[in-house]
Amino acid sequence: MIELRHLTVGYGEKAVLSDINQSLEAGRLVCLLGSNGVGKSTLLRTLAGFQPPLAGKVLLEGKDLASLTLSERSKAVSVVLTERVEVPYMKVADLVGMGRSPYTGFFGTLTKEDNAIVSEAIEMVGIADLATRTIDTLSDGERQKAMLAKALAQQTPVILLDEPTAFLDFHAKISTLRLMLRLAHETGKIILMSTHDVEMALRLSDILWIVQQGQISTGTTASLDESGILRQFLGDEEVSYNETK
Amino acid sequence: MKDKYKLKLLAVAMVLLSIANVLWGSLDIPVKDVWQILCGKEIDGHPAWSIIVLQGRIPQMLTALFTGTALGTCGLLLQTAFRNPLAGPSILGIDAGANLGVAIVLLLLSGTATIGSLTIGGHLLVVTAAMIGALAIMALLMLLSRLLRSQVMLLITGVIISYVTSSIIQLLNYSATEQGVHSFVIWGMGNFASVGIERLPVFLVLSAIGLLLALLLIKPLDALLLGDRYAENLGIRIGRVRQMLLLVTGLLTATTTAFCGPIAFIGLAVPHLARLSLGTAWHKTLMPATMLIGANLALVCNLLSTLPRDGSIIPISVITPLIGAPVVLHVILKQKS
Repeated sequence: MIELRHLTVGYGEKAVLSDINQSLEAGRLVCLLGSNGVGKSTLLRTLAGFQPPLAGKVLLEGKDLASLTLSERSKAVSVVLTERVEVPYMKVADLVGMGRSPYTGFFGTLTKEDNAIVSEAIEMVGIADLATRTIDTLSDGERQKAMLAKALAQQTPVILLDEPTAFLDFHAKISTLRLMLRLAHETGKIILMSTHDVEMALRLSDILWIVQQGQISTGTTASLDESGILRQFLGDEEVSYNETK
Repeated sequence: MKDKYKLKLLAVAMVLLSIANVLWGSLDIPVKDVWQILCGKEIDGHPAWSIIVLQGRIPQMLTALFTGTALGTCGLLLQTAFRNPLAGPSILGIDAGANLGVAIVLLLLSGTATIGSLTIGGHLLVVTAAMIGALAIMALLMLLSRLLRSQVMLLITGVIISYVTSSIIQLLNYSATEQGVHSFVIWGMGNFASVGIERLPVFLVLSAIGLLLALLLIKPLDALLLGDRYAENLGIRIGRVRQMLLLVTGLLTATTTAFCGPIAFIGLAVPHLARLSLGTAWHKTLMPATMLIGANLALVCNLLSTLPRDGSIIPISVITPLIGAPVVLHVILKQKS
């Protein structure tokens, strides 16, 4: 479980989002929606511990994120970033194996147990047939799945993803989102991702975090529709959401 | 398993090349006589041969071996640290920094000193100056690499650094004595023989320290392949690792440059040869392979440098680009496709 208590994020003196109070239960896929520059990435970077909060705190299972050592943090939160990973000769299994770094010894050698966890992570995202391929031969969708498997191999209760569907084609977007929804439910992890694919997020997430005007509104798609926040977020157009679940 | 087999093969090649470097040199000494000398016997009528083999060829072989190892390792560290396949100690201007340090000592401070006549203390001064020069350039590059987004810009910066340092060195030449300039030019040709038996221990110890420190960086280097943010998320202390990288590449470049002169292309080409032959991105196998291939390549270059066989040698800096350039071209062409 993650709790955000009076959290203010931003750079230097400038707060992007102020006084956020939210909590997330385990086993949920959460989509973070909002226009560019509204502070989604800043929030994710703060939750990942890449930058300190300007005020307030982030609690992971009751522990203050800021009080964790780097090593403890690497076992608590894993990330999938927007930057493209390009490493010649690196195979999918190697990339996923990197996720074991917080647990391996001085030279980073993978044990039998580590390798079993890596194989399991690769299977969970459904790319077992690609395990020995080098990552430069993968499609964008396959690459994102490999990055997700890396995050799974890291065995953290929380996985943060910054626009993981951005460069994917339509089918890859849907299959990636479905995969994350399933993983959140099956593994009991909190998966929090930012995205611009609003329509898919409305359909396939457990919870939405909508960021606008320095505030975060949360709820299920249905509840946000009911309260009118969804309509406000999507603009002036008449938007209606039909409950189909 | 397969990788271990290849590493063993490279190690065997290194031993054979080392032996070859002792058996063959610029002067024609019969192999059986070299063997006799190694067994502790003097050759009748050729007392100088013992000195050539024991105090010339063996130190030269060890120098080549360690220089190749150090430069290859340096290139690997730089390519991973900057995530740039074309990074290397010479192209980034790090050895130019070391050059400048050496030039200041040789041309300005001790205008009449020649590299051969320097005492160990004098030599340590040259190494220290080279080290300061190399570290300064490395620190500058690390600062700039945060500002420069593009990989090409960093390489161009390195080239500019090289130009600026060579200008400064040219200017220093004006105020130096003729002997100082001569000594600097000779040093600039690159030579594995310039270490010699007296300075060998210092050279070996400094290189060995650098190489051992490099081995400690294997795990963080793997994580750095994914980028700083991912590495940090995997529990790697980026700041500390960068400082270590700075220190190790500075030490290795400075040591080899100060003792043997600037040797281009080995640092750039060797890590690629290692990747090509092993097909891996893991530093746990890549680094030993780079070290072994670097040693082998330098030993081959040293053998080639003695080819005239009339007592003269071809400068190392003439040979290494001929071997290194094709490898670099291959990498560039592969990147495009």
